[in-house]
Amino acid sequence: MSRTIEFRDALREAMSGEMRDDARIFLIGEEVAEYDGAYKVSRGMLEEFGPRRIIDTPISETGFAGLGIGAAMMGLRPIVEFMSWSFSLVAADQILNNAPKMLYMSGGQLRVPIVFRGNDGAGGQLGSTHSWCVESLYANVPGLKIVIPSDPYDAKGLLTAAIRDPDPVFCLESERMLSMTGGVPEEAYSIPIGQAVVRREGTDCTVVSFGRPVHFCMEAAEELAKEGIDCEVIDGRSIKPLDIDTITASVRKTNCCVVVDQSWSFASIGSEVAAQVHRYCFDDLDNHVHRVHSDDVPAPYAHDLEAEMLPNARKICEAVRSATYNA
Amino acid sequence: MLHIDFHHSAKKTRMLTDPTTVTSSSTPSTQAHASEQVPLPGPDVLKKWLYDMKLIREFEVRAMQAYQNKLAGGFLHVYNGQEAVAVGTIAALQKGDPVITAYRDHGHALARGMDPKVGMAELFGRIDGCAKGKGGSMHFFDVPNHMYGGHGIVGAQTPVGAGLAFATMYEDEVINKGKNSHVTLCFLGDGALNQGAFHEAANLAKVMNLPVIYIVENNRYAMGTAIERCTSAADSLLHKAVAYGMDAVKINGMDITETYPAMKSLVDDIRANPRPAFVDMDCYRFKGHSVSDPRKYRTSEEELENEANCPIENLSKFLLSSGVMEEADIKAMTKEIRTEIRAVVKWAEESPPPGIEELYHDVYVEEWGPYTGTSLPNFMKDKPGGQA
Repeated sequence: MSRTIEFRDALREAMSGEMRDDARIFLIGEEVAEYDGAYKVSRGMLEEFGPRRIIDTPISETGFAGLGIGAAMMGLRPIVEFMSWSFSLVAADQILNNAPKMLYMSGGQLRVPIVFRGNDGAGGQLGSTHSWCVESLYANVPGLKIVIPSDPYDAKGLLTAAIRDPDPVFCLESERMLSMTGGVPEEAYSIPIGQAVVRREGTDCTVVSFGRPVHFCMEAAEELAKEGIDCEVIDGRSIKPLDIDTITASVRKTNCCVVVDQSWSFASIGSEVAAQVHRYCFDDLDNHVHRVHSDDVPAPYAHDLEAEMLPNARKICEAVRSATYNA
Repeated sequence: MLHIDFHHSAKKTRMLTDPTTVTSSSTPSTQAHASEQVPLPGPDVLKKWLYDMKLIREFEVRAMQAYQNKLAGGFLHVYNGQEAVAVGTIAALQKGDPVITAYRDHGHALARGMDPKVGMAELFGRIDGCAKGKGGSMHFFDVPNHMYGGHGIVGAQTPVGAGLAFATMYEDEVINKGKNSHVTLCFLGDGALNQGAFHEAANLAKVMNLPVIYIVENNRYAMGTAIERCTSAADSLLHKAVAYGMDAVKINGMDITETYPAMKSLVDDIRANPRPAFVDMDCYRFKGHSVSDPRKYRTSEEELENEANCPIENLSKFLLSSGVMEEADIKAMTKEIRTEIRAVVKWAEESPPPGIEELYHDVYVEEWGPYTGTSLPNFMKDKPGGQA
């Protein structure tokens, strides 16, 4: 039975549903319990599961990220909430060394089935330290997986898959999407990690994106349709593993590709997708792959500056026109 | 009112006859001098301790030779001088109690029961090593023996140690609705006291009252920097733990007849009343930080003076004077160990290096792209206890 709920409710349903079935799962992070979640994602979970499974922590990311990793090494299934992925930077050693490398360093003895989740990307005028898009930084590391839902249905399905996954999974959510509503089935379901979805079929240009900017791509596609440019929009859903097959199948049809990635351009998800499309679709491309990123500057505070810095429909339209020789 | 009871200044003498304890009427304390009530175990266990300590020493001596002969690469941090710490603390544990440490980890792994062949093969980068030759000296893991590494980044194991303790308590109390039954030992060097990770772990462990004992192997040098030069309150480290509301005790790590009773009393207390504790374990690193360390930062007089306080000699003397062993028994034991470790080296040399296909194995549990899933190392193939 599907009904309309918010993105944050979908995340909570994924966690609560899995926690009811598996006593090894617990949620830990700042303000997840008594405060009901800094962004109300965990609202009511303390009441249902009690303080031994919904655990407030000090503001101490290295401490509780590392604690979660140790618990996962012993066979528990921690969900670690970062209030913002921006704050995960102070726990970098734990989440980039210990979580993704333990299996390898122990020669297959120790798995780390852990989920790290929280808000990624610009929350809205929070300035440069609080507006990190960590995907390009973290995707560089082997041993971890990254999922990035763009709507409530995917939020529940991808987070459920992340919780059930035996490897460390980073789930990148967005503060700007938490109140977004959408149809979500009541029953448990999972979306396979590493499978993209075509959000809009089209024939002229493949537009690939991940997370919140998928919506800007859809907006741009509507605008471009009025000009007679028919875009195919692909939502990657996962960044690692990257579903390059769905992307290349589309590019072989459209012969044109634009990648929209909310992180900075240098050594990024966008540059990785472009490199792979150039490699696998070299003979199919009518133009080089175009990329739309956040501008290569720290995120500014002022409203209009921030709006201009982030990927938006205008920038995407310009890139598609250029890629399709309609500029 | 905080009362600090230092019987001996750490700088004046390395031999402490009593554990020095920080006590306070309102905050943390160990049962002061309760360790005096813990008797030493019987002669068979005492002999086993001597065997284990000598085995660790011989393992390290042969590891250094192998390193010089290029059989082992990377970094090699040996445990010579600190054997009583690993053996005397781990002797106070029960079977399922987790142990985790930093990169100077061979002694802890062997004391926890790792087969020395598997450890030596890991040093040599061979497929029969504990981590199939992918971890090396700094990453000795032995899950069936509850040894959770072997961690290369200074201090990084301290929050993970809190997590091990969290998990055992969660399993006992939340999943099985019972009482806490385990204690985790998390070792760190004195240099790790200056890493933020330790302070976050200490605070978290206390806030959550986790049954974890942080054992600072205070060998007085953070690599080549003397503790007085890099650590505040170097002569009163226990204050740091008291600041987190933790029980804190100073223990002599150079004489196992003092190390064990003090640890046993602490471990038993923490098991019954789960909470974190801190041990300032007084010890000395006989060799350099690593094999390539010329040790210009300390005098040979200091080294000689401390080497005279050898933990293996100290136990040998005790066993001789108490009539548990005779000179001939000890000589025979030494010979037996030499023979065993020679066989260990030979076995490790004969183990093949990992095949190139191992590169893409054990990166992810699940197969995808170039990755081929995971499997247990050879030494675990017939043993229960592994997750994989």
